[in-house]
Amino acid sequence: MSGTPNNFFSWIIFLLQQYHGLYFSGLITTLETSLLGTVLGCVLGFAVGVVQCSSGEDETTPAKKTLFSLLRGIVKVYVTVFRGTPMIVQAMVIFYGISEAFGVNMPAFQAAILIITLNTGAYMSETVRGGIQSIDKGQTEGALALGMNRFPMMMHIILPQTMRVIFPQIGNTFVGNIKDTSVLNVISVTELFYITNVAAGTYFRMFEAYTITAMIYLTLTLAFNLLFRIIEVTMAGRESYTVVGSVEPGVEVTA
Amino acid sequence: MSDTGTTGTRPIIRVQNLKKRFGDHLVLKNISFDLYPRDAVTIIGSSGSGKSTLLRCINHLETPTAGAVLYHNEEIKPDIHSVNAFRSHVGMVFQSFNLFDNMTVLENCMAGVLYVQHKSREYAKEISLKYLQKVGMDPYINAKPRQLSGGMKQRVAIARALVMEPEVLLFDEPTSALDPEMVGEVLDVMKQLVSDGLTMIVVTHEMAFARDVSTRTIFMDDGYIAEEGTPDQIFNHPQNKRTQDFLSRFRNG
Repeated sequence: MSGTPNNFFSWIIFLLQQYHGLYFSGLITTLETSLLGTVLGCVLGFAVGVVQCSSGEDETTPAKKTLFSLLRGIVKVYVTVFRGTPMIVQAMVIFYGISEAFGVNMPAFQAAILIITLNTGAYMSETVRGGIQSIDKGQTEGALALGMNRFPMMMHIILPQTMRVIFPQIGNTFVGNIKDTSVLNVISVTELFYITNVAAGTYFRMFEAYTITAMIYLTLTLAFNLLFRIIEVTMAGRESYTVVGSVEPGVEVTA
Repeated sequence: MSDTGTTGTRPIIRVQNLKKRFGDHLVLKNISFDLYPRDAVTIIGSSGSGKSTLLRCINHLETPTAGAVLYHNEEIKPDIHSVNAFRSHVGMVFQSFNLFDNMTVLENCMAGVLYVQHKSREYAKEISLKYLQKVGMDPYINAKPRQLSGGMKQRVAIARALVMEPEVLLFDEPTSALDPEMVGEVLDVMKQLVSDGLTMIVVTHEMAFARDVSTRTIFMDDGYIAEEGTPDQIFNHPQNKRTQDFLSRFRNG
């Protein structure tokens, strides 16, 4: 070593040399928790959003109707609570609450996934609800007139269209989750923010250590924003189609 | 499509004392009529007379306030199983097409076979191509609805309904949303279906179609059936004053 670093850039290089493995593992944990939490949260959000949009009028027996009302009640409380409290508080309550109430020590990583999933699910359900309501009523009537049940109608017609409408919001949520997982350092999840604390603490170089972290977050969010933009364009589909059996094979028609 | 070779004596659909109320407004006041095999009934009348509501009540897209719809003498109960079974035998074509925007032309036609009749993909594709060919839309199986003209969309919508091989087809103003030059292509398909013997009810403002193609015409006025008869009776010898007034505008127009 040629002595201790003496300026900003040499400290950055020094910290990267010392802690690149740590930064990398923090980055992986951040990606894992935010990706898994977003995917599971979207699944939950779709389920909850569909429940919120259903009237329950198709339920055939009074018992089923009651059960459905109960489900709607639970869903409403869940969404209200999780949208109305900060994720950092939810993390503490869930992580320490489960440990105290049931005596189980949930590993921090699993707890992290659970918290992000529940948080994302609550917000996503509102997005899904809005998305479903934005689909033209004619789509539903077209399916009903064929004699289609609610479930296949949702799966094959309404939700695929909802997905396209809300996809940009799903991308936003994922990018938001990449940043928001940083609050999970309070339950000792060794994500990017947590490990930066470790790296910064050893040499008391807060500015340099967190500048590195900021650059990593920024790179991630920019990269994923770009990726989602590309997927969005791909999902929109081609503007042309092939006319079958036209004189020139494979001729394309643009609408 | 109806297999009855001869005009049957038993009605497929019976509408009995049907009433529909929206809030304080009684849209259908007391409607009764029977639909026999190979009937091509047109329902005419001014806007707001309850034509479309009647059609939507028949397949329970609107739940009737009172009265009954019978299918082969069995009442359609307002529960989802009864209604869905009925709907899978009685197709509907809408004014605004209502094609599924996320699917291609072919997938639109296959949807009912796959997700309602639960038949194989091979069968679904085969029968979809058969009916798309019938309406002249088979070259466009790969197109999405947004890439088609209104007339093309409506022909696909008709094929989508036919693929279910329905006993009856309901048309709710099928040409009202179309540019004048596209009305013809849709009416031509419908004329073909009438001559094939498909049983249908058509709510329409196309008076020439009602007069020349349908087997029976119902004139609706203010929530009632004001007059009902053969096109010749309704168009050439209307008895009711309201029918005469309504049709005078058509004859002079």
